Amino acid sequence: MAAETQMKVSDQVAVEINKMNKWFGAFHVLRDIDLTVYQGERIVIAGPSGSGKSTLIRCINALEEHQKGSITVDGTVLSNDIKNIDRIRSEVGMVFQHFNLFPHLTILENCTLAPIWVRKTPQKEAEDIAMHFLEKVKIPEQADKYPGQLSGGQQQRVAIARSLCMRPRIMLFDEPTSALDPEMISEVLDTMIELAEEGMTMLCVTHEMGFARKVANRVIFMDQGQIVEQNEPEEFFNNPQSERTKLFLSQILGH
Amino acid sequence: MSDNQISFVRTHMLPEAPPPVAATGVVKWLRENLFSSPANSLLTIVSLYVVIDIVISAAPWFLNGVWDSPSLSACRDILDGNVGGCFAVLSERWNQLLFGFKYPSELYWRPGLAFILLFVAGAPLLFFKLFPSKMLIFTGLYPFIAYWLIWGGSLLVPVFALLGVLLGAFVYKRTVSASAGMAVIAGFVAALIFWILSGFITAPMANVLAIEPVPSRDMGGFMINLMLGVVCVSLSVPFGIMLALGRQSSMPIIKWICVVFIEFIRGVPLITLLFVANVVLAYFLPPGTAFDLILRVIIMITMFASAYIAEVIRGGLAALPRGQYEAADSLGLDYAQAMQLIILPQALKISIPGIVNVAVGLFKDTTLVSVISMFDIVGMIRGPILASAEWNGVYWELFGFAALLFFVTCYGISQYSQWLERQLQTDHR
Ligand SMILES: Nc1ncnc2c1ncn2[C@@H]1O[C@H](COP(=O)(O)OP(=O)(O)OP(=O)(O)O)[C@@H](O)[C@H]1O
Ligand SMILES: [Mg+2]
Repeated sequence: MAAETQMKVSDQVAVEINKMNKWFGAFHVLRDIDLTVYQGERIVIAGPSGSGKSTLIRCINALEEHQKGSITVDGTVLSNDIKNIDRIRSEVGMVFQHFNLFPHLTILENCTLAPIWVRKTPQKEAEDIAMHFLEKVKIPEQADKYPGQLSGGQQQRVAIARSLCMRPRIMLFDEPTSALDPEMISEVLDTMIELAEEGMTMLCVTHEMGFARKVANRVIFMDQGQIVEQNEPEEFFNNPQSERTKLFLSQILGH
Repeated sequence: MSDNQISFVRTHMLPEAPPPVAATGVVKWLRENLFSSPANSLLTIVSLYVVIDIVISAAPWFLNGVWDSPSLSACRDILDGNVGGCFAVLSERWNQLLFGFKYPSELYWRPGLAFILLFVAGAPLLFFKLFPSKMLIFTGLYPFIAYWLIWGGSLLVPVFALLGVLLGAFVYKRTVSASAGMAVIAGFVAALIFWILSGFITAPMANVLAIEPVPSRDMGGFMINLMLGVVCVSLSVPFGIMLALGRQSSMPIIKWICVVFIEFIRGVPLITLLFVANVVLAYFLPPGTAFDLILRVIIMITMFASAYIAEVIRGGLAALPRGQYEAADSLGLDYAQAMQLIILPQALKISIPGIVNVAVGLFKDTTLVSVISMFDIVGMIRGPILASAEWNGVYWELFGFAALLFFVTCYGISQYSQWLERQLQTDHR
């Protein structure tokens, strides 16, 4: 398993980030980011708080605008054109730290909304797809409830199913488990591992190092808006090169 | 068994048990709510005394009330010095109080029918979970049917008005994917041009498919208050939404138009706007344009209410977490879809109490039109009825009746809104 995951999964490029820079006002959050993600690759992004991890993956689906350099998603260069952005967003799924389910819609409606309105899928078909993915995340019986009636772990799994219903080519995860109680973390991670095994291209900001070891092809370490180190998980954890990485690892693995 | 035993192992699990039946009964309720302490008991007794006193002194006024008499003096003769209300003014003049003094009495059935249809049209909108959504088609047609029933005249007028709306909606739909704000403006302009042009067709054909026309100046009574209230509330909610969204627009022109409009309108008293509608607008309009007074008043009150509703909705929008916008964006929904499906349903739900507040206030403010010599219910009472020789001096009964009509309507609105809030509650906190 380990040897297999460390192989480059494909030669097809899913995301290509080239000398990308971003500022919040005068604050230089991301500096000269270069990153190529291949189709089917699983990348874990780690780093101290405020290092720009969220901002980086939010740039990939244009939730944040970058000011310099280029981002190419699935062969399309991200531009300011709304149509272009909406199309890329419909190909890229995103899972948030705080789930961000739509509280006024049922679980099923949460999942069918985007396929019906963006993909113009007929309602019946969209519901079938939604039930398929709700079964996959193991909560089909909650389909008619509202998000407020579910536990955090269940909500996060619904959020994953909601993204999958759009049949995305790439999935972005921004600390999907850090708002969850410990006993719910594993149910969400299990879902993500299953997704990884099916060959989904994933970029995942997380501090779950067990997850990183298990599924990542590559771990990226960021600090102060830059990529400081990237490597295969085993190498990254056992043999970190930079001082910053060593310090970071000693802090999160120390206890 | 020793006292300091710490270790414990449960040998069997407890079965689920029903909750204890709460102690009930009238006596228990009284004791808990009315006589829980000496101070509370004292308050209860004093309040009881006041309530009983009011009922005893007001009862004869109602019980001895005279319902059948041609004038106030005749009524006083019947009462013969006893305390009693002179409700005969209501049974004599009910038609003027409801329809004004010039609306042809043989046509009362038309506004009456429009009033009944209002409930048919409103039901699928207000109780959307209980009625099939197909009924909304009738709701959409209702304004034009009601206009035709109340004003009469050629059927072509409401038909062309409807076509203008449809054209505007079509233009909006065609352009919305480019820019929602511009699409709204384009839709308006298209509808406006269509209406102006259609005026050239409908004016010479006033007798085609016509029923007896009733001009605006012949309308009055509570009918005017209801009409202004219903029309202005139902127009000002969509306009308020547009203004609130426009205020957040990334396009500076749209944003500034909305900000200036909202701030200007909120800074001016409604009564000033009504005077503008009555007098000043007439100067600006080309002579000969029969720009109806009721229409001008509707425009002014709607502008006034939409500015307030826009601010209420802005509060609702601000209360939504940013994550909702981001989730909608990340799924690839465009701006119009995100607003329509995700943001507005939640923002409006939060805004319901504020919107209802504005609506109730607006409905009562429709009585202000009496100062620009329109004979709404207050105008009718203060003008034709109190000025008549028969009923000069009947204040309590008339204003009490007007107050009752307003109270019933406003209380109904308030109860409905609370019911709606419960219906929409999905967060189960
Ligand atoms: N909208 C914003 N406006 C201004 N500054 C921002 C904004 N969003 C983030 N920042 C700043 O940018 C920096 C990077 O933020 P980011 O959220 O990407 O960090 P992160 O690595 O995800 O941290 P964490 O682990 O705490 O989530 C932080 O210093 C943050 O304060
Ligand atoms: Mg973050």
